[in-house]
Amino acid sequence: MGENLPRVPGAQLHSSHSPIRTLRAKMVLLGSSGVGKSSLALRFVKDEFKSASPTVGCAYLTRVVHLSDVTLRFEIWDTAGQEKYHSITPLYYRGAHVALVVYDISKRETFARAQMWLNELQKQYIQGSTVMWLIGNKTDLNQERQVSVQEGRALASDKGLLFTETSALSGNQTTELLLALAHRVYEGVGAQQGGLSEWSVTAQAELHHRERFNPVASCCKVGP
Amino acid sequence: MEEEGQRAAVSWDNSTLAPVDRLRSDRAESPTPGLVEGTEPGAGQKSAMFVHAQSFEDLTGETEEEAQTDAELDKSEGESAEDLKVLVSEKAIEDQCNSISTESRSKEEDVSSEAWRSHRKHVFVLSEAGKPIYTRYGTEEALSSTMGVMMALVSFVEAEKNIIRSIHADGCKVVFLTKSPLVLVGVSRTCQSDKELLRELQYIYYQIVSLLTLTQLNHIFQHKQNYDLRRLLAGSEYLTDNLLHRLDRDPGLLLSAVTCLPLASSARDVVSSSLQAAKAKNLVFSILLAGDRLVTLVRKKEQFLHHIDLHLVFNLVGSSSSFREGEGWTPICLPKFNTAGFFHAHISYLEPASELCLILVSTDREDFFNMSDCKQRFLERLSKRSAYQALKEALKSPTYTVAQVGIPELRHFLYKSKSSGLYTSPEFPIMYQSDEEQERLMGLYQDLHSCLHHPSRPLRSFYRCSEAENLFAWVTSGFELYLCFSPLATKALAVSAVNKLLKWIRKEEDRLFILSPLTY
Repeated sequence: MGENLPRVPGAQLHSSHSPIRTLRAKMVLLGSSGVGKSSLALRFVKDEFKSASPTVGCAYLTRVVHLSDVTLRFEIWDTAGQEKYHSITPLYYRGAHVALVVYDISKRETFARAQMWLNELQKQYIQGSTVMWLIGNKTDLNQERQVSVQEGRALASDKGLLFTETSALSGNQTTELLLALAHRVYEGVGAQQGGLSEWSVTAQAELHHRERFNPVASCCKVGP
Repeated sequence: MEEEGQRAAVSWDNSTLAPVDRLRSDRAESPTPGLVEGTEPGAGQKSAMFVHAQSFEDLTGETEEEAQTDAELDKSEGESAEDLKVLVSEKAIEDQCNSISTESRSKEEDVSSEAWRSHRKHVFVLSEAGKPIYTRYGTEEALSSTMGVMMALVSFVEAEKNIIRSIHADGCKVVFLTKSPLVLVGVSRTCQSDKELLRELQYIYYQIVSLLTLTQLNHIFQHKQNYDLRRLLAGSEYLTDNLLHRLDRDPGLLLSAVTCLPLASSARDVVSSSLQAAKAKNLVFSILLAGDRLVTLVRKKEQFLHHIDLHLVFNLVGSSSSFREGEGWTPICLPKFNTAGFFHAHISYLEPASELCLILVSTDREDFFNMSDCKQRFLERLSKRSAYQALKEALKSPTYTVAQVGIPELRHFLYKSKSSGLYTSPEFPIMYQSDEEQERLMGLYQDLHSCLHHPSRPLRSFYRCSEAENLFAWVTSGFELYLCFSPLATKALAVSAVNKLLKWIRKEEDRLFILSPLTY
């Protein structure tokens, strides 16, 4: 899977260009409990699958994606789907550059819930400031499908968002999704003045250290 | 605080200066059972880490907590009010998607079956309107009429201006705990006393409060008496399940104490001072765990953590794999500290496959990056020291064998230092390796505990011969001790063992206990 994501060891290799900037992009995963948000996040970060226990509160993970002329550092907020945490989720989607609304294609009610999340998000956002993506997860459960591809696509186009079906279990479409997100967010949001803030370059060495050992942990201060 | 920090530094720099020497000057070499609280082996040297750590009665008495909820209270109340607004505004949404199932509980069990009836201990939680909230076995839906009957019993007795406490019938005890707006009912076939069962129900109550806060619970039921609380607890039932499992297995919950990772005090002091140095404005508690064992705990001055709250944290961390991938950030109410508001806990493992889990408890819900930064500073500081290596080394032997104590016929023991709220216990010997045997031994300890803490006739010591083992329990103002001997042991041997064991614990106390807890 990894070959789709060119791993550039560092900006210095691109000596012919000006140093590649690292931009921070805040990503939030929303959706019902048990639709696979954490599993998607784990695919994004480590390209692994583990069966997970329900997320408690929120989990924070990071993933660096290298594009040809920029490096994006996704700061992923994987929220808990449980209703008791609903009241704190605005903390996480506030100011997000990427919002992924996830449902489970084998559970109709999660699709209804996804629509509610979209309505809630759209109250908050001005078009263009956030890349919103509707994701039908668990294509590995195609036999038990309750929400058709057409329905998903129709909802997405109705709301003016992008749509993908994935399987965090098999890894189907997850890497492609992450790359597509990176391009979108850079072209859409990053191009705007002050769209994405730059990530401190001095921490670069440390970042690589972490990428080898623990791509998950992060120490990122607010501000540059 | 300054002084504590310095002392830690001193013992680090001159590691030849064994902390034992330092202790010997002001501590009796051979502690006698008559020794007073605060000087028993394992007693902390400065202040205790916990609130009223010595008292088992804490759980049944409800007097203390008001005192320590100060400025934070107002703030967190403000916050939870804010949260509530959101919650209420969601009511509209709720109705649209009532179909969201509480699925995925593998508790499908026929509640009319004999198997269901014969479980040793049932726990039910219901609302005052009689709506099912939780059952340990089976599904809540199937039990709505049973729970209705339970509520009827409670209300019937209440109508007479009385309170139902328990029903004893046919080898079964039914214990009631009314904690408005919740009612908890325990049905047990074990020989635990009512008081022990109540203690367990209290834990379950606090588990629920820690997820929602009491303020929110009250608010919800004031607005809608027949609210289905399972909606809000959906996805967290496993925490209650695990807590009940722990109540059967974990001596810490029985003793109202926690146990520490055995670690040389020089190393522990460095870990503690590194944690102490990584402070932040809103940071209240920093807790480092190794599995179910405490490595160290640093707290804000004047703020104490109650052992119940700590056990709830242990339960949260131990029950969930979600902190393994990435950094967790979650609201958590520590009910013994303040039932009204949430703290916000940053929970993460020090290294991906490590047992070491760091919990940073802040008062500010926007504090994630500050806490993340604290963790990083702690790690950077710690990894430069050799103590980190010592700590990792200690993880390989998180326990010790009873053979090390060198008392013939002694199989196992629990020792709790009352003033520090810490206990120590060797690993289970071979004959208690199976789950059933461990639970049976815990059951025996629970029995002894009940006798020592009997509400009207408490005992100071107790010797009991049973078929498979002989047991001895002793409580003084300083410690509680429970010993398990082989059936060949005699009472005289047991009594002499106490002194020998106390001497051994005194000798090992700086490794087995946290003697110098730090504050920021």
